[in-house]
Amino acid sequence: MPTPRLYEMYAAEVADKMRRGEITAEDYIWSIISRAKSIDGKINAFITMTSEEALEKARDIDRKIARGEKIGRLAGVAVAVKDNICTFGIRTTCASRMLENFIPPYDATVIRRLKREDAIIIGKTNMDEFAMGTTTETSYFGPTRNPWNLSKVPGGSSGGSAAALAADEATLALGSDTGGSVRCPASYCSVIGLKPTYGLVSRYGLISYANSLEQIGPLAKSTVDCALLLSVMGGYDPRDSTSVNMPIEDYFRSFASDLKGLKIGLPKEFFDEGVEESVKKHVWLAIHKLEDLGALYEEISLPSLEYALAAYYIIAMSEASSNLARYDGLRYGYRVEHDDADYSRVYAKNRRIGFGAEVRRRIILGTYALSAGYYEQYYLKALKIRMLIRREFEYALKKFDVLAGPTMPLPPFNIGEKINDPLTLYMCDILTVPANLTGYPAISIPCGFENDLPIGMQIIGKPFDEKNLLKTSFAFENNTDFAKRKPGLR
Amino acid sequence: MKAPETMREKWIIKEEVERIAQLAHIELTEEEKEVFTEQFNRILEFFRKIDEVDTRSIPPMYHVLDIVNVYREDEVGETLPKEGVLENAPKKEEQFFKSPKIV
Repeated sequence: MPTPRLYEMYAAEVADKMRRGEITAEDYIWSIISRAKSIDGKINAFITMTSEEALEKARDIDRKIARGEKIGRLAGVAVAVKDNICTFGIRTTCASRMLENFIPPYDATVIRRLKREDAIIIGKTNMDEFAMGTTTETSYFGPTRNPWNLSKVPGGSSGGSAAALAADEATLALGSDTGGSVRCPASYCSVIGLKPTYGLVSRYGLISYANSLEQIGPLAKSTVDCALLLSVMGGYDPRDSTSVNMPIEDYFRSFASDLKGLKIGLPKEFFDEGVEESVKKHVWLAIHKLEDLGALYEEISLPSLEYALAAYYIIAMSEASSNLARYDGLRYGYRVEHDDADYSRVYAKNRRIGFGAEVRRRIILGTYALSAGYYEQYYLKALKIRMLIRREFEYALKKFDVLAGPTMPLPPFNIGEKINDPLTLYMCDILTVPANLTGYPAISIPCGFENDLPIGMQIIGKPFDEKNLLKTSFAFENNTDFAKRKPGLR
Repeated sequence: MKAPETMREKWIIKEEVERIAQLAHIELTEEEKEVFTEQFNRILEFFRKIDEVDTRSIPPMYHVLDIVNVYREDEVGETLPKEGVLENAPKKEEQFFKSPKIV
């Protein structure tokens, strides 16, 4: 077998080969940077690349190894970071004109943890503005293109992170998932993406969109890498009052080549008429594969899922209207040059020019849903629906270890195809939002191709049972070749 | 699931969109007011789907975790240096953020 190019290596290999002196961090990082430089003009996965700093850090690690010092679990590994996660001294834009020049004076907790394990930040990735979108088309810095077909969307909102992995411009990536923003692009770019249980990963330093729904999540080219990254990212952080104080499990211990006895529930609502036939076909084939590996499945019904999408958007927009109130152009962010008018008119102007249309739409609708006279009809009602859905999931997961279905209701579609019709675009999130409403963990695994476009399977688990998601993903990955395929980019 | 066809001013009228946008401190152009009103009516029509569910006996779920209050000791910790806090301010003077006219 030919030796893989350095930029194609998995994170787990990189650190190992460095320790054994087979490769240097500098050569490997150089290889990643050259790859990104040669290909990112087509993909637009990165908003900012940090090549110089990355090379410097790589040389540091090589010196550490030469001196025989102990190196971290992610030593030298190139990580692409979604541009809504604060990085000290590195511009963090949220893909918005509002934060075009914002340079955080601190690191998010996940970034501190990556650095503690000697990971190398290779750049900041493109996304939908403030993570509001499903296609990475609402970015102020232009859309990201799908490496599998440059005329298709890469999914969103963490589209840059997933595309960077698929195009081998990074070895690991961080995304954030408020309503599917890690799993959707993972599915569309054929990589693995996991939304952790709410509270497993600190949100300190994640620029907030809808705080009761979102989690920072790992994206990777293999299950082992995904588990490795999650082990480093996760765990209690006193700086996030919603982070949960419990130990991180050893995910690797449960990995096996089969899934004997795993009980899978298949919600029939995940396979209804809104989901395209081609998607259903590949996900069913994948489920039969899981059955071959020893898993047992049964079809079930979660009737309240029908209301999940409306409830999700009401809650997300309401929280967004509050979270984005901080952008007034005073302490940071876009500010108009001529600002001698009344403050409220200046703020309103800053926010018109600083925010794109979708962000403004969501802030205004969220303000509406929270306003006097409408609060009970929209926001409060949505929270009650959320409770109903949570109860149904809780009940279903008493009987089953995991639930499974497609990640997205349709394969990747054309750039520009849906962007002018917000409601049609919202419909694409129908299968991913339940995990955010309930707070339950969910993973997207590459499970097939339709006309050379990737299809993803979603597995949802019990709270803090990421172990079973990764175990399922590991067995599936090792008995199929979908995750190993590469797009035909040159 | 299919999105409803074009819909005008059933749930929200243009004047209300103007008022809410003002509350949210967002300026809109005349054209945007028209487009948003039309889009909002379609989105709100979709949201009203939740009216079908009887939720009288269901409590609202504000948060997914059972955590109620998180307390900590009130100890002095690390804080950002003043320069760090001010470095992203579009307008500043000495050690202050410079705001537009308030009164």
